[in-house]
Amino acid sequence: MDSLYILIPIAVVFVAVAVSVFFWAVDNNQFDDLEGPAHSILFDEPETKQNKDKQP
Amino acid sequence: MSEKSCFHCHLPINGPVQFTALIDGEDRPMCCPGCQAVATAIVSGGLDNYYRYRSEPAQQADLSQALKAEYKLYDREDLQQSFIRSLPSSRSSHSPQQKYEARLLIEGITCSACVWLLEHHISSIKGVESVTVNLSQHTATVTFISDTVKISEIMLAVLAVGYRAHPWRQEQQDALLEKEHKQFIRRLAVASIGTMQVMMYAIAMYAGGSQGMESEFRTLMRWVSALIATPVVFYSARPFFSAAWRDIKNRHPGMDVPVSIAIGGAYLASLWGTIQGTGEVYFDSVSMFTLFLLSGRFLEMRARHHTNQTSRSLHLLLPESCLRVNKDGNTERVSPSDLQVGDNIRILTGENIPADGTILNGQSSINESALTGEYLPVAKHIGDQVTAGTINTENAIEVEVTHVGQNTRLSAIARLLEQAQGDKPTIARQADRVAGWFVCTVLIASVGVYFYWLQHEPDDAFWIVLSVLVATCPCALSLATPAALTAVTGFLQSKGMLISHSRVLEGLPQITHVIFDKTGTLTQGDLSLTSVKILNKTYSRSELLDVAAALESHSEHPIAHAFPASTTPVKDVENITAQGLQGRIAGHTWRIGKPSFVSPGMEASPPDNHLTWLLLSCDKMPLAWFGLDDTLRPEAKQIISELTTKGLQVGLLSGDNQGVVNRVGKELGIESCHAQATPDDKLGYVQQLQAQGNRVLMIGDGVNDIPVLAAADLSVAMNTASDLARTHADALLLSGDLNQLLTSIDKACDTRRIIRENMTWALGYNLLVLPLAASGWLAPWMAAIGMSASSLVVVGNALRLSKPPKQDRATHGE
Repeated sequence: MDSLYILIPIAVVFVAVAVSVFFWAVDNNQFDDLEGPAHSILFDEPETKQNKDKQP
Repeated sequence: MSEKSCFHCHLPINGPVQFTALIDGEDRPMCCPGCQAVATAIVSGGLDNYYRYRSEPAQQADLSQALKAEYKLYDREDLQQSFIRSLPSSRSSHSPQQKYEARLLIEGITCSACVWLLEHHISSIKGVESVTVNLSQHTATVTFISDTVKISEIMLAVLAVGYRAHPWRQEQQDALLEKEHKQFIRRLAVASIGTMQVMMYAIAMYAGGSQGMESEFRTLMRWVSALIATPVVFYSARPFFSAAWRDIKNRHPGMDVPVSIAIGGAYLASLWGTIQGTGEVYFDSVSMFTLFLLSGRFLEMRARHHTNQTSRSLHLLLPESCLRVNKDGNTERVSPSDLQVGDNIRILTGENIPADGTILNGQSSINESALTGEYLPVAKHIGDQVTAGTINTENAIEVEVTHVGQNTRLSAIARLLEQAQGDKPTIARQADRVAGWFVCTVLIASVGVYFYWLQHEPDDAFWIVLSVLVATCPCALSLATPAALTAVTGFLQSKGMLISHSRVLEGLPQITHVIFDKTGTLTQGDLSLTSVKILNKTYSRSELLDVAAALESHSEHPIAHAFPASTTPVKDVENITAQGLQGRIAGHTWRIGKPSFVSPGMEASPPDNHLTWLLLSCDKMPLAWFGLDDTLRPEAKQIISELTTKGLQVGLLSGDNQGVVNRVGKELGIESCHAQATPDDKLGYVQQLQAQGNRVLMIGDGVNDIPVLAAADLSVAMNTASDLARTHADALLLSGDLNQLLTSIDKACDTRRIIRENMTWALGYNLLVLPLAASGWLAPWMAAIGMSASSLVVVGNALRLSKPPKQDRATHGE
């Protein structure tokens, strides 16, 4: 049972990390558009490769 | 003739197909050269998958030359400031190129395939680093290198695939909304993650309580729970505390006061218990309560923001640029904000007028529909006034600017609107008052309980008061209304009715008068050919119609769109403003338009004055009358009769002339019709009704309707409404289907019933539990379970609203 003294603080650190990742995502506009990405994942890339004619 | 429609925009094609584009190895019909060009551009870019992915048709494309010239203007640095910012060069600065980020508002986005198409098309331009298109805000964020590509080229690329790009100028209000939204998501995240954690420890403690847990672990768990619940209370629950403080300062206690006392009190008591190592802790209840309330508020806020997102303000009625005529006779493109009183400007066909002014040169028809709701353009000659925000439809004109900026009529309407909003009656006030009473009762009761126990058992007094507050915690009570409103708002949104204020649902059952605007609300807002009367049997009906169509195909006037497309060649076409058109076909001079112009010297009066009549003549010999009308929405008549059966007074307010309004009123069975109403008249009429104690629901669409939309108890804007009208209406009929108005009224009655049931249950539970808790009979864990169970009952009852109404299905079955 003594392992709780280590496991619980680790869990608390995980929570802090999860919250900060969430805050980062909000700051990076990940939650701005809640409709578009749900659909766009279903669409393929166009057949012609566009990256080729783009200058690096 | 088979019905054909454009493959790109799905608009029907009248007459033979003249334009096609090769898509997926097949020639597809196109309605106009614009759609053809756009479809070709999409296919040649290798993006034809767009047509497979899309769920909505595209908007009809147009090839406006003015827009292209306008885009060039944005390469000027002073005009870029508002929407382009330079990005700090990256740390690995091998490339000295300066990167810029531009935010564009994209007009014409209909579904998620548009996002796919735009992102792929724009990213294929050399010099564009990245593109993100936001479907819900209709904006694009483009990062580009200005040495390689100009912003005008990017905007032209957007135009090439059939959309219109505008610079995105974020209004201060929008920026605030965005900030509020992000803040709310953060609070929700903290509350939900925190609640999950605290609940986990709570379960461990409950289990430990029954199976025996060493007190050192109990203490550890309590301290960890306290640690995690602290940010939930201080960060996530902060809006409740600040709202409660504001309520107390205003001496108008709302729901937030007991909510704050419960959260704050339970938190402090639990913290005290943790430090002392005695009593019960309620960190789990505190966090869960905060999460529930916050979720309710978040959903409510999102519904409220939804309409604002697509909204743009008045200035979008104004053009982004205009042609100024300098003293030496040359013209240059300038921004409307640079215009001064006394400047001469040239307005080309199809352009918006940037400022109020007087016509110096030329004559044209001006479409003032945005201001007056009148769909027929008004003929203007030298010396006539033109108004900012209206559209020049026929010929280029030169105008001397008389008013700019805040002094224009457009700005005056905006001020009228602010005034009307100020006196808006709120039904919500009454509900607030009831909640205030309940809150006061609970607070007074708790104080009484506290003093009673202080005299009898001073040690237990604090804990008993706390169980009173937890047990009577208005959790269910405060969820009762938002849960029902959220469920019904979601349901109506899926039906195409967007509710932006919760007062719509509270207010709909109390409505006594329903007032419609005519154009664009009861009617489609487009002219169509409804009647042809042939005067001379020399030509057949179809021959005459073809000649009229051929002549009208040379006009930009909205009347021309009522005629089908024609391929008959016409020579020497002349367009005489406000009179008509003249052209030569097979050696004969044909004229169409006003009788005085078409057959001068002959007595010819239109069959009646209900329709807009055009006369067609061959060599000044009148041959046929063409009657045009704004078609009624097919469902309009039934809606009116059903509203009347519900016992509501239906009225019609329109800026149109008496004849037309009376005819429409007769056809639909509306008794109270008011014609030729100015925005002030409309406002006055509605306010007069309100003064007699009636509650008015106004349905409209134009900018001229905005003051009256704001003044009415409730307002609904049509899907075709101007953006300004949308922003200031309480609800938006996205589907354009008036039937949803009835559904909404039915649903609003259901909502009221469900809210009452919920309130009765919540109040009943609280009243039952209050004496139990006050007498110290109720263990705190019982109070917590009771509180959660009563919340679940309330939410479950509210969710019944998201199902389609039963009687609806029953009537369909009959």
